[in-house]
Amino acid sequence: MSRIKQFKLPDLGEGLTEGEILQWLVKVGDHVELNQPIVEVETAKAAVEIPSPYIGVVTKLFFEPNTTVEVGAPIIEYDTDPTAGELPASPVETPAAAPASAEAPKREANLVGYGPRQGTATRRARKGGAPAPVVAAPAPAPVVAAPAPVVVAEPVAPVAAHVLAKPPVRKLAKDLGVSLAGLVGTGPQGSITREDVHAAVAAPAAAAPVRVVTTGGETRIPIKGVRKLTAANMVQSAFTAPHVTEFLTIDVTRGVKALDRLKAKREWRDVRISPLLLVMKAATAALKRHPMVNSSWDEAAQEIVVKDYVNLGIAAATPRGLIVPNIKDAGSLSFRELADALTTLVGTARDGKTSPADMTGGTFTITNVGVYGVDTGTPILPPGESAILAFGAIREQAWVHKGKVKPRQVTTLGLSFDHRIIDGELGSKFLADIGAFLEDPETALLGW
Amino acid sequence: MAEKAKAKAKTGSRSKTGGQPEYVQLLTPEGDRVEHPEYSVSFTDDELRSLYRDLVTVRRLDAEATALQRQGELGLWAGLLGQEAAQVGAGRALRPQDMAFPTYREHGVLYTRGIDPIMPFGLFRGVDQGAWDPNEFKFNMYTIVIGAQTLHAAGYAMGIQNDGAVGDDNGEAVIAFFGDGASSQGDVNESMVFAAAYNSPIVFFCQNNQYAISEPVARQTRVPLYQRAQGFGFPGIRVDGNDVLAVYAVTKAAMDNARRGNGPTMIEAYTYRMAPHTTSDDPTRYRQSAEVEEWKAKDPIARLGAYLNNQGLADETFLADVEKQAGVEAVSLRERVLSLPNPAPESMFDHVYAGGSHHLDAQRAEFVAYEATFEGGAH
Repeated sequence: MSRIKQFKLPDLGEGLTEGEILQWLVKVGDHVELNQPIVEVETAKAAVEIPSPYIGVVTKLFFEPNTTVEVGAPIIEYDTDPTAGELPASPVETPAAAPASAEAPKREANLVGYGPRQGTATRRARKGGAPAPVVAAPAPAPVVAAPAPVVVAEPVAPVAAHVLAKPPVRKLAKDLGVSLAGLVGTGPQGSITREDVHAAVAAPAAAAPVRVVTTGGETRIPIKGVRKLTAANMVQSAFTAPHVTEFLTIDVTRGVKALDRLKAKREWRDVRISPLLLVMKAATAALKRHPMVNSSWDEAAQEIVVKDYVNLGIAAATPRGLIVPNIKDAGSLSFRELADALTTLVGTARDGKTSPADMTGGTFTITNVGVYGVDTGTPILPPGESAILAFGAIREQAWVHKGKVKPRQVTTLGLSFDHRIIDGELGSKFLADIGAFLEDPETALLGW
Repeated sequence: MAEKAKAKAKTGSRSKTGGQPEYVQLLTPEGDRVEHPEYSVSFTDDELRSLYRDLVTVRRLDAEATALQRQGELGLWAGLLGQEAAQVGAGRALRPQDMAFPTYREHGVLYTRGIDPIMPFGLFRGVDQGAWDPNEFKFNMYTIVIGAQTLHAAGYAMGIQNDGAVGDDNGEAVIAFFGDGASSQGDVNESMVFAAAYNSPIVFFCQNNQYAISEPVARQTRVPLYQRAQGFGFPGIRVDGNDVLAVYAVTKAAMDNARRGNGPTMIEAYTYRMAPHTTSDDPTRYRQSAEVEEWKAKDPIARLGAYLNNQGLADETFLADVEKQAGVEAVSLRERVLSLPNPAPESMFDHVYAGGSHHLDAQRAEFVAYEATFEGGAH
């Protein structure tokens, strides 16, 4: 028995492959009792405190907080007999880790329930034979500036004419925002399995020493989490759906005045009213007139799916990055209900509490770039949607109104659409309708 | 006296005390002893102290198991924190001839049956499939499939009826444990249909710990769970699941009723799971800390401790000794868990058929030969 013991990160929740060190509750030199909490680790399932498996003095912490560590990697080292004087030169003994952690290197980065991936078990090493390929060499002092491997977005595979995947897997992929077209299937007949989908999502986890490293005037930020997902979505969308963008500059003075009148009403005094709300109403109204815009391209089924409901996505900048929660069935909401839904959506996003369900199933999206003072943009379609509207800043500009140049409230709309589904004519009519609504909402409401 | 009045109106469904459910209670959260017209206990001082010792030990062993899982020594652990009284009360009310059908959380019942607490750890460590003889301990295998054990229990109860082992004060009876989540399962409802139809000697013991993993009980039922029994045609009763005395009294009465041939009873032990559903669960995602705090005030151990203290039945020496002994048991448990032997890989062929089969023998031989090709393969 060696007096030096290392503790490896165990599988904390039935099939997890990694965990993030949130904070150390002990430091080097501390005397630690059995079951004394030593570290807080967050996994995909929960944040938990790990109780110490040994009694002894901490001699080494292998990872800094906020580092993602693979299951099976040593995280802490103890001297279990610190009173015995100088350390003998005996080899470090690591505990017989839980069965799961010993198998860690062979695992796919997915949750339990589906077993190890089939057909890849070519390694024939005994349990406990080869050490786990941990992210940092355990021997030297704590890692300080391990070069973070830069993870690039997955290469976008050419769209396969026919992707094999079972319906639950398709749904899973859709829910997680993964394009089946970009995956290589490992199931029977090359079909895509749950594991493949999970692996595609979990890929950023491979960038293990997660930290910003600044060297020689360059800052290297690991691509992970929301950034990684956003990048994958954007690349996938940009290179699968041929985008066309059209612009329309309009005078929204009447629309803004209509909002002001509404604001002045007693029963609306507590409601947050913004021009975005008017754009949302305009979009849902215009989508009713042009249902083909509210559709998606199902490559696998070779079908265009036209939706009779509008799940209206609102692009939101949050501390976690860009997210696009959507308001379910926004087309059926009254103006007042829409206002409340927007307030809720913004509050939830700001608090970082937007659920995955809120972010899936969107059918049309509005990105309100005007809040940053820019005129408009050429937005990229969220995967699975056929059109997205950029709403620019409203500025007072010189505008010809009733034959005279007058200062008017003017804004520019930018509409990107999927040219596979939407021809120039349809896209133009749709955009013109939104413009007409914003210029004169009352007439549009009566006339449409 | 308010507590007493509350307890008295046990058959009503209306709540009279600001959201508090009505249930049989003999010991208030503050540790005051109250009476109930139908249920009572007469424990000696030593028995009361041993109940306390069981509660504390069961909690301590549970904490050790949770630590072992966090240290990678168990694949999973389903904790019982908060449900000690429901389990110890029910377990202590059983007689040696009674048969218990647990879920995967009945560590407290197991302990009170006098079984070595190490028994289920092979299952949670993944070195066996739960390798004990249910007949030896009158304690069935831990059942992972939600509610399935109630069917086994109903069948077993019909079996002892056929054996003629029911009908007097020394008859046999069966207790089936399940949770509020399982009450929504077809299995549980089917077993109640059969138990009622055959008037079987069975007690359906539901620990309503308020959550089916993340689903609150209010979303599963419109009536208090114990009232469902009425629809099946046997009595249902709700008991304060954090009151070990009341749980004991109600369970004992129901088991005695069953063993005398008077048919099934459903008991709803109204309690709260203070810990996660299992070590893989994060309860902060679906419940408020205020709710957890509220239940902390109803802690089953604290109330019995307060009662013992008030009655002068426990002093510092006793309390310290209970803690110490529980710690000794926990350390012993830890050491024995860590030294549980790993099974030989080929043992997976051993228990497929009681009498074996030549097919499996051939597969075993092939597997052993394959294993031997590994570097250092000893088999």
